[in-house]
Amino acid sequence: MAKEKKTLNLNFGPQHPAAHGVLRLILQLDGEVVEKADPHIGLLHRGTEKLIENKTYIQAVPYFDRLDYVAPMNQEHAFALAIEKILKIEVPSRARYIRVIFCEIGRILSHILNVTTQAMDVGALTPTLWGFEEREKLMGFYERVSGSRLHANYFRAGGVHKDLPNGLESDIDEFCEKFPKIIDDLETLLTDNRIFKQRNVDIGIVSKQDALDYSFSGVMLRGSGVAWDLRRSQPYDCYDDLEFKIPVGKNGDCYDRYLCRIEEMRESVKIIKQCLKNIPKGPIKTEDGKISPPPKKELKQSMEALIHHFKLFTEGYRVEKDEIYTAVEAPKGEFGVYLISDGSNKPYKCKIRAPGFTHLQAMDYLIKGHMLADVPAVLGSMDIVFGEVDR
Amino acid sequence: MKNHEDLEKFINSELTSKINNSFIKHETIYINIDHDRLLDVISFLKTSKETKFRQLIEITAVDYPENENRFKVVYLLLSHEYNQRIIIDYLIKENEVISSLTSIFPAANWMEREVFDMYGLNFKNHPDLRRILTDYGFEGHPLRKDFPLTGHNEVRYSEEQKKVIYEPVKLEQNYRNFDYESPWEGTKYIKEIKKS
Repeated sequence: MAKEKKTLNLNFGPQHPAAHGVLRLILQLDGEVVEKADPHIGLLHRGTEKLIENKTYIQAVPYFDRLDYVAPMNQEHAFALAIEKILKIEVPSRARYIRVIFCEIGRILSHILNVTTQAMDVGALTPTLWGFEEREKLMGFYERVSGSRLHANYFRAGGVHKDLPNGLESDIDEFCEKFPKIIDDLETLLTDNRIFKQRNVDIGIVSKQDALDYSFSGVMLRGSGVAWDLRRSQPYDCYDDLEFKIPVGKNGDCYDRYLCRIEEMRESVKIIKQCLKNIPKGPIKTEDGKISPPPKKELKQSMEALIHHFKLFTEGYRVEKDEIYTAVEAPKGEFGVYLISDGSNKPYKCKIRAPGFTHLQAMDYLIKGHMLADVPAVLGSMDIVFGEVDR
Repeated sequence: MKNHEDLEKFINSELTSKINNSFIKHETIYINIDHDRLLDVISFLKTSKETKFRQLIEITAVDYPENENRFKVVYLLLSHEYNQRIIIDYLIKENEVISSLTSIFPAANWMEREVFDMYGLNFKNHPDLRRILTDYGFEGHPLRKDFPLTGHNEVRYSEEQKKVIYEPVKLEQNYRNFDYESPWEGTKYIKEIKKS
């Protein structure tokens, strides 16, 4: 007698520690094999794009910190670049270097979080404890430069808000000396670990063609063997002057993506070192009073500075009518801002292109035919942060 | 083709009748088309050996409530091989139906769902057109310009009913939309003096 086939619907999340946030995943299971996955997102939807349409350009910057909240400054970067391109602002050289330093710190922050929590999802607790100690130091750098550990609000169109405080450069340099050793330690725990490999090798394989069709970017794309990095192919700020390698995977499975992230951290350390070596002295934001506020000491003496200050903090600056798409290589992939300005002090439309959104979309394709226990492994290797997926 | 100008010329010569106008700005090619040409244009750009726009970056829409063709729908494509970006757009009325791109790019699925959710535009032949970012049972389309910033409903946990309830938005203080833009455009007489 033929048995009737029964599938089981399983509700994964929205409050599940391995869902990396508020993801509700409706899984259709045949025994332990996943037949279909239907992610329900939007539980963290805050209407960022609508809010940005109602704020001035300066007021919109903090919203970008709250997208991918493990690498806040990378997001601000895309927005700042978009405005700079429209207004044709010349950014001082020192500001370019500072921005790249902090973008790479953001990349390390994000990759540590991802690599270690992915390890935790498949059963290893120690990497998380080791890695988070380093994240704490990096967030200390964030705090020293911007005043807050996470929501930095530091990048501005035309440069950065403030110069690096005394001693920060040497402290970052010291961190760069020590950090590769920590990566080595993490690797001794994971790279050749039998359990870690069993859970990740040949899981969630993405072919080159599918990676393109599903609009993958960042590590998800490079893990499948496509050598594409916006820092190299469409360089912004001072990435042109720096030397770094772009790690590319071979098999496109979870393990390759893990290896890519580890290598990228090493490259980031190299980039930061080069930046610290070559960083010039000078101004840290454009001196155009219409865009960036004047120094405090000028306020008491110069009438013009006072007017600029007042205008900037009430009206903000106006951006001429234009339409632009700028993208940066955020830790998770191509983060883009599609901005339409209408000549007023608020963006008419600001579409945020989040890499995690397209990655999560492929969940059904990636997990089909895998076991239930592979769901957290695949999810972890996609590097999903719900701040940016839901916006 | 590596060069923006050559590529623009090539696209124009291959798709003459299908393109309304095109230009290059910010190292990107912008082309404007009619909405019924969409599938032809996109599949040509994807498959042609000279363009190879093989990755769909984003689909979005822009709302211009005062226009007769109220929405502008925008498609962003990227070509890895030639390191080029292209932005394709067309105008559409509120109730017109758009062809779905899901047959060409599977990634279009969620992007179109988002446009449907946020702007209320309908896609033809879409496999699964549901809301994506907003709440279950949500009404309205938040990114339309006539949708209020504060929304219509708010959610709270009711101690009496022991469940989450929906209520119309009640604000202690209304959202204040300050118009900071200065109408001051300089004194007229000085401009006139300078002219004469």
